[in-house]
Amino acid sequence: MQRSLHIDPEKCTGCLQCEMACSLENEKVFNIAKSRIKVFTFHEEGRFVPYTCTQCDEAWCMHACPVEAIQLNKLTGAKVVNESVCVGCKVCTIACPFGTVNYNEDSGKVIKCDLCGGDPECAKACPTSAIAYIDANWTGLDRMRSWAARTDTSARA
Amino acid sequence: MAWQKKVLRVNLSAGTCTPEPLNMKWAHQYLGQRGLATKYIVEETDPKVDPLSPDNKLIMTTGPLTGTMASTGGRYSIVTKGPLTGAIACSNSGGFFGAELKNAGWDMIIFEGRSPTPVYLYLENEQATLMPAEQIWGQTVWETDAWLHNHHQDPLLRIAAIGVAAEKGVLFCGVVNDLHRAAGRSGVGTVMGSKNLKAVAVRGTRGVGNIRDPQAFMSATQAGKKVLAENAVTGQGLPTYGTQVLMNVINELGAMPTRNWQTVQFEGASAISGEAMHEPRKSDGKPNLVRNGACFGCTIACGRISTIDPSHFTVEGENKPAHYRHASGGLEYEAAWALGSDTGVDDLDALTYANFICNEQGMDPISFGATVAAAMELYELGVLTLEHTGGIELKFGNAKALCDIAELTGRGEGFGMEIGLGSKRLCEKYGHPELSMTVKGQEFPAYDARGIKGMGLTYATSNRGACHLRSYTVASEVLGIPEKTDPLATDGKAELVKAFQDATAVVDSAGICVFTTFAWTLDDIQPQIAAACEGDWNLDKLLEVGERIWNMERQYNLEAGFTAADDTLPPRVLKEAAKVGPAKGNVSDLDKMLPEYYRIRGWTTDGRLTGETRQRLGV
Repeated sequence: MQRSLHIDPEKCTGCLQCEMACSLENEKVFNIAKSRIKVFTFHEEGRFVPYTCTQCDEAWCMHACPVEAIQLNKLTGAKVVNESVCVGCKVCTIACPFGTVNYNEDSGKVIKCDLCGGDPECAKACPTSAIAYIDANWTGLDRMRSWAARTDTSARA
Repeated sequence: MAWQKKVLRVNLSAGTCTPEPLNMKWAHQYLGQRGLATKYIVEETDPKVDPLSPDNKLIMTTGPLTGTMASTGGRYSIVTKGPLTGAIACSNSGGFFGAELKNAGWDMIIFEGRSPTPVYLYLENEQATLMPAEQIWGQTVWETDAWLHNHHQDPLLRIAAIGVAAEKGVLFCGVVNDLHRAAGRSGVGTVMGSKNLKAVAVRGTRGVGNIRDPQAFMSATQAGKKVLAENAVTGQGLPTYGTQVLMNVINELGAMPTRNWQTVQFEGASAISGEAMHEPRKSDGKPNLVRNGACFGCTIACGRISTIDPSHFTVEGENKPAHYRHASGGLEYEAAWALGSDTGVDDLDALTYANFICNEQGMDPISFGATVAAAMELYELGVLTLEHTGGIELKFGNAKALCDIAELTGRGEGFGMEIGLGSKRLCEKYGHPELSMTVKGQEFPAYDARGIKGMGLTYATSNRGACHLRSYTVASEVLGIPEKTDPLATDGKAELVKAFQDATAVVDSAGICVFTTFAWTLDDIQPQIAAACEGDWNLDKLLEVGERIWNMERQYNLEAGFTAADDTLPPRVLKEAAKVGPAKGNVSDLDKMLPEYYRIRGWTTDGRLTGETRQRLGV
């Protein structure tokens, strides 16, 4: 069973622990500038929204790559950049409608979320469970449950 | 290592930016941030320097845990000689600026001299450039922030800036970063203004690495986060109500200074409390509080993000800029107290507005509110008149007057410049120095020393003038952390204050937030520092570092001209007993604690470090 990163912005406080955990896993240092997940602050509305790759099935980035550097991890469903193949042409960064593939000038390659091989660090680091790693087939379960809870089940005359 | 081992020295007179290695010998003696930057100030400046002269220096400094995954590890401090006090000043801020500075590869920036024309520092990793600030001089912090993001076409820039008040020389200005986080106290922003330095804009992409033992660090920081999450204050009280969780608690205890400390309970406290910020209002059905927000790396998230009631007088009308109708940094307990209880104003939206203005113009809301409170007492006595105030009826409880004065002071105009003198100078100027609720020139925070005795000793001996953050004995005397002591007793308070002062100096030097200490003791913090930093950072060493920092600051102040006579409280707190509440009949009893405090500090009876103490600590 595949799992998905599930983000609930209402729970996010904007602390950036997820960004640090991501950079530590991938870059071995605390460096939010190199995070694959970004938290956006909408200051005037008082909202924090974490955003990262949704691992599209028909992934634009994967199809756009001229050297087939982006490959599917069948186990996790993640689209993973193979750094030894990537030539840093950045076509995938243009192809991605969501902007979640980005160039890293230090390596000359692109970086994107790879679900940490099936154990995403961002979800583990989030102190408020705004980021969870859940059944990819039931990402709507919590919302369904909250609506279900409101259903009137009292006896009807 | 955790330190970046790099300092940026910016000579504003010459217009030069020069990197140099961090003095690692000092880092091992003073840890970082507050301690280490103060060491630089002590070594490089004359304690008698005029704080607003080019000879004073201003240091923006991070700690070894800044920019790491340690909870709350995003703090930075500004250390300088404070113009409000004439004492060593060290103001600590959260937000995201400090971590960005560290991520750019620097431990600290030392600013010296004075630029001939207004400038800002643009820092992109190793690249440091002083740039002309003509277009933002005269602009608010919020306008400056927007201009810099736009000018550099970089939404990820982190910015610390001063407002107009600091340019005009209002003496209690802070430096505001990330729009609503501030190194707030003692006038550090006024020093920045005196140097013609408008802002610092930073982008860092280098990362913070070189953790001594990464595995031990991750397990120590995770253990720390668990303690914070499971603690009632840091896990529930602070995220839900922010520091405003204290408003009703302290008021019921009879330790809520009210109307310039004339009494100790405020009848309007519940209307301006953390609970009130959750209440839906009539006009739009929404509460004042939009949500809580975190600073960099903070798993507590006590920050308030608030809006003003759209029907309130402060935001009504077409002339009011739209940004006052948007969400921004809301009331913390200290601001709600100073702008509210101390001025007798119980209008939550007026306080939120005045707080927005303090953030927008870079003013310390504690000193601002407390100075307005003193001015209100002078007005009610007939010493200040409508002629002085420019027609503002400066009576206690007048919300409109509070908001008008905030605007005037923020712009450094008219009577606002009188308020901008701070309470001590204002009261002296009008012949009533006894009405200034200050120590060493800095206004009191929100705990009455007659109802919480340890806080009286805290204020009297604080190295940066009256301040609650130098030894927050409220934790013990009110909340029972780490153990409960009687707030009305004086026995043992000297020891308590010393222990809190030394431990807090360590926390402030590490790069983390003092609010963690609602849940953490040094036993929780030490493993995080020890895993991050090279060297042996055991508990005894940390306590010695804390004590060394405290004594270094004290020695600086003594050399600046302070004496034991300055370790005192205003006559109102020493002699006028609390009139109501559980502390009724009490005065501060400072005289019962101070001699004992000097003794256990290893100071002479006139408050000077003995030769033995200096030698033991290497001060």
